[in-house]
Amino acid sequence: MIPLSWYLTFSAVLFSIGLFTVLARRHAIVILMGIELMLNAVNINLLAFWHYWSQVRGAPQVNGMVFVAMVFVLAAAETAVALALIISAYRRHHTVVVDEMTLLKG
Amino acid sequence: MTAFWQDPITFLRLWLENLLLFWGVPEGWVLVIRYTIGAVLLATAALLFVILQLWLERKLIGRLQDRLGPNRVGPWGLLQPIADVLKIFTKEHITPAGADRVPFNLAPVLSVAAALMVWAVVPFSATVFGAELNVGILYLLAVGAIGEIAIILAGWSSNNKYALLGALRTVAQLISYSVPMTLSALVPVMFSGSLNLNAITRAQEVWFLFLAPLPALIFLTASVAEVGRAPFDLPEAESELVAGYSVEYSGLKFGFFYVAEFLKAFTVSLIFAVLFLGGWRGPGAEAYPVLGFVYLFLKSSAVYLLMILLRGTLPRFRIDQVMDLNWKVFTPLALLLLMIIALVDYFLRGALPLVRVMVLLGVNALAYVILDRLLSSRERLRRQPVAQPVRPVARPENLINPSETGVAS
Amino acid sequence: MSILQWVFVVTAFLTVGAAVMMVASRRMMHAALWLAVALLGVGVIFITLEASFFAIVQLLVYIGAILILIVFAIMLTQRTDESGARLNAYAWAAAGIAGLIGAILAFTMAGWIIGSTALQELGSTFDAVLPLGQALVDAEGYAVPFEVASVLLLAALIGAVYIAFERKGERP
Repeated sequence: MIPLSWYLTFSAVLFSIGLFTVLARRHAIVILMGIELMLNAVNINLLAFWHYWSQVRGAPQVNGMVFVAMVFVLAAAETAVALALIISAYRRHHTVVVDEMTLLKG
Repeated sequence: MTAFWQDPITFLRLWLENLLLFWGVPEGWVLVIRYTIGAVLLATAALLFVILQLWLERKLIGRLQDRLGPNRVGPWGLLQPIADVLKIFTKEHITPAGADRVPFNLAPVLSVAAALMVWAVVPFSATVFGAELNVGILYLLAVGAIGEIAIILAGWSSNNKYALLGALRTVAQLISYSVPMTLSALVPVMFSGSLNLNAITRAQEVWFLFLAPLPALIFLTASVAEVGRAPFDLPEAESELVAGYSVEYSGLKFGFFYVAEFLKAFTVSLIFAVLFLGGWRGPGAEAYPVLGFVYLFLKSSAVYLLMILLRGTLPRFRIDQVMDLNWKVFTPLALLLLMIIALVDYFLRGALPLVRVMVLLGVNALAYVILDRLLSSRERLRRQPVAQPVRPVARPENLINPSETGVAS
Repeated sequence: MSILQWVFVVTAFLTVGAAVMMVASRRMMHAALWLAVALLGVGVIFITLEASFFAIVQLLVYIGAILILIVFAIMLTQRTDESGARLNAYAWAAAGIAGLIGAILAFTMAGWIIGSTALQELGSTFDAVLPLGQALVDAEGYAVPFEVASVLLLAALIGAVYIAFERKGERP
């Protein structure tokens, strides 16, 4: 079947694409999408390890699944708050480009 | 091996599998072939069924509105939908200027796909189902998300303000109503202790409709809103939004949306029948699984008929009324009912089935009475107009003597 | 290669391609749609891991809630795309950092001894949802994190409504 390393490599690639998005793009919403990609990459890893561990133990293990569930909850909460912040910032500054939000720059 | 006349579909499936294995096809590929054939057959059957359903709905709505309905093509107008389909095939495809091509063409396909994907987990009889998912109900809710994406795609890519407004409105309505829908779908899950649709069906010694009539009512109303039918047909309120998200579509692409709408309507009645009306259960359905089809079809047709009657009799809500009903009535009520029913059912663990049904019915009736009181007290608080203009009523006697109606002559 | 391996490879390439397109697309809406494709791909990867519950939750939470929220946010902050450059001045440095981290992750993790083991099928009687649900409400298990997560969701809900609420007379 599929080797564990395939999953790990795939999630590493996805994670670095997400990281690049966060670091390089200027639009706040795309940055948020990059964060979602990174969280997804983490989830793939967690589930792959969960599968491996269940396979070693020969019985379903819950720890990995609980972790994944928590990541889902965090992702939902984070998106809701972040989008509210983006919309609030857009109302005040009429921009969602993070380079242009320079209120704290002297 | 079961006999052909007991369960023809399982018989044919086993026959085909054995034939393929005999020919030396590897086991994995047999599985792939089997699922492909099943999916193609199911999708085709569903789409062909929509044609019949279109005729039925138009005929019934016609009768409700004191018309004849389609009656020209074929006996009783039975071939009318086929003629319509043929007509729609010959129409021109128009892509509006400034439209985003790929999403514009993808949206109708996704819309139909989202409606068809639900059929994959519905248990049609004791032995026939697409996939025995142990998270069936979650799957139903998740597939709805694809439909929402399709609507957003359609509205945004059409490059039309009406389409965009219609799409936003539709998605707001769909997201809002999936909250009470999910909460009330949790009640059957709680009773049966499983998310699997087949297990839920098997658990219904007594139909869950009798154990939880109020959640069933919420589920039915929310699913009518979810498919955007009258009285919740705001997504395509013709007098406000032209035709909502599908305004720029023509020809076959519009036909896709049209078919998806009717397919969704029947699909939610199917789900309602599975969750609350005992699915394929009925006398003899365990021994002769082929009977399960008949029972399920009859039950979901009854629900669908109810939906047609609702469509024919109720006027359309306003958008604020729709949201009001959802967030101020349905969501709190569904949450409360979920908790109350869970508690009551927990204390009735060892009770006789009849006692359980009676107590749960009583709880539901009590909840309904309290709700009714609360709602009507809110109704009284609403401001009433001081002087109501007397409006003419169209009655035969008024036509003869209009001065008695109070209208200034 | 077996059927499952083919499914994995095709899905992985599609997902990575969609993610790259998401980064590269100029219009916000296209980025959101590519993100949808990438998220669906991740869902399929979950299915190959026999975590069908999480595949469906992925569809429900990411596509049904998060993506729709993002699309709404895009529509509420219109007229902002296609203005100026997509990438900021440090894009090359960012690419370097991301590439480096990705390479380190991939090489170290692929080199582990457990990395080379193939994942076996867990068997048809294997039901992971039931133990998960029991662990989440078990006081010995994860009941406290579960409750904390629900409080977090409530706080996020109230916070989001409060932040995005448009007070009268605030708009300049």
